[in-house]
Amino acid sequence: MLQQIEGSRAIAEAVARCRPEVVCAYPISPQTHIIEAIGVMVKEGALAPCEYINVESEFAAMSVSIGASAAGARAYTATASQGLLFMIEAVYNAAGLGLPIVMTLANRAIGAPINIWNDHSDAMAVRDAGWIQLFAETNQEAADLHIQAFRLAEELSVPVMVCMDGFILTHAVEGVDLLDQDVVDAFLPPYEPRQVLDPEDPVSIGAMVGPEAFEEVRYLAHLRQLDALDRIPVIAAEFAAVSGRASGGLVRPYRLEDADTAIIAMGSVLGTIKDAVDQRRDAGERVGVLGITSFRPFPLEAVRAALAGVERVIVVEKAFSLGMGGVLATDVAMALGTSSLHTVVAGLGGRPITLASLTDMLARARADELATLSFLDLDEGVIARERARMASTRRSGPFAENVLRDLGRPREDHP
Amino acid sequence: MSETRVHFYQVGSFAVGNRLLSADERTVQSDRRRTNSIDSGHRACQGCGEALGARYALDAAMRATANQLVAVNATGCLEVFSTPFPETSWQIPWLHSLFGNAPAVATGVAAALRVKGRDQVRVVGQAGDGGTVDIGFGTLSGMFERNDDVLFICYDNEGYMNTGVQRSAATPPAARTATTDAVGPDPGNPFGQGKDLPRIAMAHGIPYVATATVADLHDLERKVERAMSLHGARYLHVFVPCPLGWGAASHETIHLARLAKETGIFPVYEAEYGEVTGVSSIRRPVPVTEYLRLQRRYAHLFGHPGRPDVIERLQAMADANIARLGLRGTEEDA
Repeated sequence: MLQQIEGSRAIAEAVARCRPEVVCAYPISPQTHIIEAIGVMVKEGALAPCEYINVESEFAAMSVSIGASAAGARAYTATASQGLLFMIEAVYNAAGLGLPIVMTLANRAIGAPINIWNDHSDAMAVRDAGWIQLFAETNQEAADLHIQAFRLAEELSVPVMVCMDGFILTHAVEGVDLLDQDVVDAFLPPYEPRQVLDPEDPVSIGAMVGPEAFEEVRYLAHLRQLDALDRIPVIAAEFAAVSGRASGGLVRPYRLEDADTAIIAMGSVLGTIKDAVDQRRDAGERVGVLGITSFRPFPLEAVRAALAGVERVIVVEKAFSLGMGGVLATDVAMALGTSSLHTVVAGLGGRPITLASLTDMLARARADELATLSFLDLDEGVIARERARMASTRRSGPFAENVLRDLGRPREDHP
Repeated sequence: MSETRVHFYQVGSFAVGNRLLSADERTVQSDRRRTNSIDSGHRACQGCGEALGARYALDAAMRATANQLVAVNATGCLEVFSTPFPETSWQIPWLHSLFGNAPAVATGVAAALRVKGRDQVRVVGQAGDGGTVDIGFGTLSGMFERNDDVLFICYDNEGYMNTGVQRSAATPPAARTATTDAVGPDPGNPFGQGKDLPRIAMAHGIPYVATATVADLHDLERKVERAMSLHGARYLHVFVPCPLGWGAASHETIHLARLAKETGIFPVYEAEYGEVTGVSSIRRPVPVTEYLRLQRRYAHLFGHPGRPDVIERLQAMADANIARLGLRGTEEDA
């Protein structure tokens, strides 16, 4: 039903329709209206069974979400700016453990100097944490992305952060069409965890992983991000089928067809950029826009394909890396790429980088066999076996511990 | 303390004679159905008080909940020595997240279980003293204040032992650690107000707070059982000597824990809703020197000329505990 509604209220309504089971609340502008609205709904009993926990910090908000998710509940929280930084250790932890928590990030600048208004510095600060990061252009898309986020997170057992511009979106009142509960229920099945704390089937979650397996465990997490590149468009298409709206997806091209100049951006500024492009188009200039919806995982191929034929790329970004420059622009540069640049990830978690491995790496490079991105001395066998386990059974258990158990088990192929 | 009506002590050791007790009064560990919540094969040091305390506390919690238990662990010795590659010692559902967030994670687990209608499954959070009194203090206080249904157990070995024996807020005055070395005009940890977490926990008005040591494991088990009979936030502070960090012989762990209680240095008591409900009386009063001398971390206090002034201050701290809680008790208590 289309309603004139504040962005935060729309998010609260969308999250409510996702039937969250544990919601953590800690106030920080500009996300407070979201958790306030959910708080009212929980207190009224409208979301039962749902636990609403007023925690003492953002660090606790993410930590409570971790515990709730590991015990099998659908967990949600929201934060912004300093709050995200305060919880950052737990943000990484949630992703490392593979817990499908959904969090709204009401994008806000990071101090000092303290500033409560919008930019994307907070989201950029956790881009490497292992969360999927989706950016909303409008309040409609922000609401829709939350519903898709729970589906995506739980399918892949990866946490998802829905980024929406603080104040510009969170506090803007505009028309938002909220899906009916039965439509959301049909789109989003109940949470079926891959790993759960259960006395009937005790597992250890969060064991120490040494150099023997750390790189493989991290690579498995990377593969799930790559899985997301496949699933995000599928889920967006399914969502479009039930809602009649194009929300989500990896990238959103606008008037790019014959463009010689493209502007790339994320979030609400895309609206203004499109207006500017429309004006320039009216003046006869061939300009277009590429909105990035999925910042992590970054859709290298989709960006490359969208920019084919474009002569000039301008990245407008609400954050930058001090001492370097653009953050999003660096990713776009990787998408445009050069065939002579290779990344070899090595030495994760104390894995030794040996002379033999480096020699082999150089030999492969000279033979033009080195991929754009590769992982040094990766044990492909253990990766394949864990992927097979995950494919064959939903309750596949904690993946890090599975890898440890796999490597520790005597096998015929081990001499 | 009416629950410990029967006392049998072997001469000179105070060890509980299990065989002399009726079956229902025996320790959980004497029961062949004990759950071995933390199983053998872990990599704790010889004489580790924390491994012992965790084993007794968790098995008692398992018995009290008919094995419906989930444990949340902070980073630290207990987490590291129990989950080395590629084994785990945990026979119960166990989650380790971070160093400073175990109380909050436990809150999340408890909330999820409530939502899922699994109220019979109970939650224990556990950490060392660093994870409790220092880095985990904020989340612990938050959990207490909300009165979440979690028993949080601190295994207090008075320092950051996992990282190599550094000072924590639970390190006692004068003790040598790697960051409060026994050098300079005031060797060891400085005197301060300290951070008496059981009393801070009591100030939250939570249903149950207790202290215990690994010298009286039956008392520890009883307190765990009492805690599990209640709902809401509960706190158990267990004194667990660390042979490595304290510079003590491995076979002295139980002895040191007993001396800590008998000197008054570590008062053993319990409280409900902020009021003390029982104390473990001192049975054989001993001066603090008897406790201090066995530990190399206090070696700089002895010898010639030594630091009798510092020992005097430590004795005064112990005496203050004794006076505050009435630990000398009466003949009937003993």
